[in-house]
Amino acid sequence: MKAVSAALAVSTSFLAVSVVLAQSRSSGKPPGGAAPKYDPAIYAELQKAPEKARNRTNPLQNDPDAVAAGAILFEQHCAECHGNSAEGSRKAPSLQVPEVQTATPGTLFWLLTNGVVRKKMPVWSKLPEPQRWQLVRYIKSLGGPATPGDSPVPKP
Amino acid sequence: MVSFCQFVLLGFFSFFLFWVFSPPPALAQERPYFVAYDHYLEEPGNLEIEYFSTYGTQRSGNNFHAFWTEFEYGATAWWTTEFYLDGQTTFHDSTLFTGFRWENRFRLLKREHFINPVLYVEYENKNGADKILKEGEGHDLESDFLVSNAEARKEHIHEAELKLILSSTFKGWNFTENTLAAKNLSNSPWEFGYALGASRPLALKASAKRCTFCPQNFIGGVEMYGGLGDRHNFGLHDTSHYLAPVLAWNLPSGWTLRISPGFGLNDNSHRFLMRWGVSREITGFGSMVSRLFGGQR
Repeated sequence: MKAVSAALAVSTSFLAVSVVLAQSRSSGKPPGGAAPKYDPAIYAELQKAPEKARNRTNPLQNDPDAVAAGAILFEQHCAECHGNSAEGSRKAPSLQVPEVQTATPGTLFWLLTNGVVRKKMPVWSKLPEPQRWQLVRYIKSLGGPATPGDSPVPKP
Repeated sequence: MVSFCQFVLLGFFSFFLFWVFSPPPALAQERPYFVAYDHYLEEPGNLEIEYFSTYGTQRSGNNFHAFWTEFEYGATAWWTTEFYLDGQTTFHDSTLFTGFRWENRFRLLKREHFINPVLYVEYENKNGADKILKEGEGHDLESDFLVSNAEARKEHIHEAELKLILSSTFKGWNFTENTLAAKNLSNSPWEFGYALGASRPLALKASAKRCTFCPQNFIGGVEMYGGLGDRHNFGLHDTSHYLAPVLAWNLPSGWTLRISPGFGLNDNSHRFLMRWGVSREITGFGSMVSRLFGGQR
């Protein structure tokens, strides 16, 4: 009986949290809050990519669907922290800045694969390699059309 | 019994509220395994709510349906913490709450390697009627489940469990190997077990269009798990083992469905286990809670 009471208590607390969360959701605030001030030090992790990783080329560089697929993946996995247009939030930096846009595709792929786990950036190797390359194509497209296939796509 | 029904109803109602009101979900990319773990942790600040069921056959006894709910939270990018509530119904016997578990997984290395170790630490507070078969350990046998619920629930188990998870990803495949050591905190010997798993998405590239039935949303695989005896009698003698194909379907709406028929590999094992589960990931749960209390996470 004691155990059932405990379970009831946990379940009721969970219910209460659900209701409160539902109300906070309706306040309409963006999840990550406003973008922080620009701080170049945040991007220092990009410099840690080994040369071999930096020099890797994107095997989907000429895939016409890669940017569109990357945009969907970005919305599903990255926008919560980096913002809907990768503009950054309190949780994670902007990906539109020159540090990211001038980084090689291999560097971005390396960072996605390894994450920065001490700074809350998860390891994304759970996405298969081709999907990480699709994400790289999308992120690079945010800085303007470097190649014909890289023109930004409207948000899906 | 009414209290237990209230508990179940409240659980479902809470789940429904989350479904209706929660923020736009991230597409979960969840492991298909029921028993084995890979090295991927929950994203920081996300909460995943999961419900799982196991239907098991029982020779010379009553079949059962065991179920558990998990609340999995990404505390940091290297630490995931999880709380479980377990229960079971034994047909022609009774339904009861069997206990709770608190599990933590710690990523040991900063970067991705060919083999990625994760340390798993769990505390279990359950009674002897627990039947979720979430792991194979020690000399767990099918015949242990012949005891009636009324008798089995009298046994209280406080158990600590450690696992070393070694997981690799190669050409889209995930291979994982878990070794387990569990100690009943009363005066019982250490017990050991294992779980192995392999899985792969049905397609590696994402589609350029939103789709529910795209092959990349399905992850198929297989897992095998069982006991390895205890400190006094290590090995395969008097242990049970299972082989189970697994399939997960990650829906774009944020839900994940899993199914796994499991087959006992020896006479000490249940002949057949049918597992299924449903889960949903709530992104930004930590931030929402923090904002409720005035924080700016």
